[in-house]
Amino acid sequence: MALNVEEIRSDFPILKRDVRGVPLVYLDSGATSQKPSVVLDAERSFYETSNAAVHRGAHALAEEATDAYESARAAIAGFVGASSEEIVFTKNATEAINLVAYAFSNATDKHRQGIEVDQRFVLRPGDNIVVTEMEHHANLIPWQEVCAKTGATLKWFGITADGRLDMESNPIDQNTKMVSVVHQSNILGTINPIEDIMRMTHDVGALGFVDMCQSVPHMPVNVHATGADYAAWSGHKMLGPTGIGLLWGKSELLNAMPPFLSGGSMIEMVNMDHSTYAPAPQRFEAGVPMVAQAVGLATAVGYLEKIGMDNVAQHEHELTEYLLNRLHELPGVHIIGPPNSIDRGSAVSFVVDGMHPHDVGHIMDSRGVAVRVGHHCAWPTCRRFDVPATTRITPYLYNTHADIDAAVDAIVAAQEFFGVLPESEKVGL
Amino acid sequence: MSDDLYQEIILDHYKNPRGVNALDHALAESHQVNPTCGDEVTVWVGKGDNGSLDVAYVGQGCSISQASASVMSELVAGKDAATVSKLEDAFMELMQSKGNLEADEDVLEDAVAFAGVSKYPARIKCALISWMALKDARIKAGLTDHASDEEEEN
Ligand SMILES: Cc1ncc(COP(=O)(O)O)c(C=O)c1O
Repeated sequence: MALNVEEIRSDFPILKRDVRGVPLVYLDSGATSQKPSVVLDAERSFYETSNAAVHRGAHALAEEATDAYESARAAIAGFVGASSEEIVFTKNATEAINLVAYAFSNATDKHRQGIEVDQRFVLRPGDNIVVTEMEHHANLIPWQEVCAKTGATLKWFGITADGRLDMESNPIDQNTKMVSVVHQSNILGTINPIEDIMRMTHDVGALGFVDMCQSVPHMPVNVHATGADYAAWSGHKMLGPTGIGLLWGKSELLNAMPPFLSGGSMIEMVNMDHSTYAPAPQRFEAGVPMVAQAVGLATAVGYLEKIGMDNVAQHEHELTEYLLNRLHELPGVHIIGPPNSIDRGSAVSFVVDGMHPHDVGHIMDSRGVAVRVGHHCAWPTCRRFDVPATTRITPYLYNTHADIDAAVDAIVAAQEFFGVLPESEKVGL
Repeated sequence: MSDDLYQEIILDHYKNPRGVNALDHALAESHQVNPTCGDEVTVWVGKGDNGSLDVAYVGQGCSISQASASVMSELVAGKDAATVSKLEDAFMELMQSKGNLEADEDVLEDAVAFAGVSKYPARIKCALISWMALKDARIKAGLTDHASDEEEEN
């Protein structure tokens, strides 16, 4: 079913504003999405009616707030086919990835002290952790740190010239303990064959993590069906507030992990010299959590469910195909990533001959078109393609073909302004 | 369109950069990167004639970062450490001005073209990166001026 984009747009107050004296064309949803009024209203209404610290105190507001928080967890879990106990609230996806990475280094530390821990999280020199060359830094650096602390080795899948994972470079072997891969690349747009990779992961007895920051907001995802053991994503990229991220993990695994942040709310029993911990997810939610954000995100999930994630994905697919076709027509413009829309999401990176991405983005901005420039927190990926940075367009459910046209016109204007428009194109202008 | 940012002088220095070179008699070098966008510049400094500075650089990045390096190298070449230190301060002040400062063309020459950059917070670092490399290399090389450089540290 085609989306009623005009109706959707009217739900997003920010899309009505001007920037630099012209109407805003927001094409940077890969960095963060805009928020519909219902999400903002839900947060405000929580504070106006039910605000209290959750899981503490027995008064009416505390009960209502706890109920709102836990209902939000259930709604978000349901959105990805998970159950509530499998969902941990974190501040963002980065923290969720660190939470699992620290399980490895903390378990390894404790093991070295002679403390009994689950051996699946203990790393030794000779063990390895596998990522890909297209990871966001959030799914690379935590694993680099784990390796530095434990003596394990980091290995990775390479990337082919057209932006796909190079399956021939598969480094998974009998010594692999953890495989962490991105579902959809935030810089290339590639959708990776995670079911296959998770199967290979489990064949060698390793654990599998999928970075779903760019998939859960854009397509229907059932976390169990992917075969993964863990996944992480952020609320702010799926119409929700900032300050809330999600970790999904199989209950058995979450309960086998040592805690990450420790303090109040995550305990079972506390003595002066030792403590025991609550079962997951509370074990990983130390301190007073982000209740209003959880309520806002649950509302965002409801909004997306009403539209239907199949429809969101279909709309994005059409826009992406249109965008790719238009970019292919532009002389001097090169797409970095899969050139076609097969197994590809809406993140479209490109470079312009003779121009630095910063300058491209700046001139697009002067025409109201908001895009991302830089290495997109995927510096090794840029290096793989021998570019210092790219310009990236990421349409979402509220974007239109006219937005894509505005972006393409702005790219041509940038080329004209910098005098780098290839001769053939100038004639037609 | 973006005319306040992309002055002719900037585009000219971007397309025809001056001073791009390594320095064979360099006393020190400084490599600076802008981690948000990957701009890079390496600046070398050495002793020239009569207590003046010799400066060279190589870099890659956006038009603002590369033009700024080119203008910087042209502006400071052959000047003594005290003068260079004052130029660094004047340029820094211009970049922090949010567009509210009348730049002194007698002092900053072509570098006044970057006044418009100060209105775009995301681009200020681009314009400053070569100047930061210059200062760092100068201090490493001991090519400093007591009066002006120490004043800064206080
Ligand atoms: C693929 C991917 N992974 C991880 C992240 C990190 O998300 P956050 O900054 O919300 O923690 C992002 C967001 O930029 C992303 O696109």
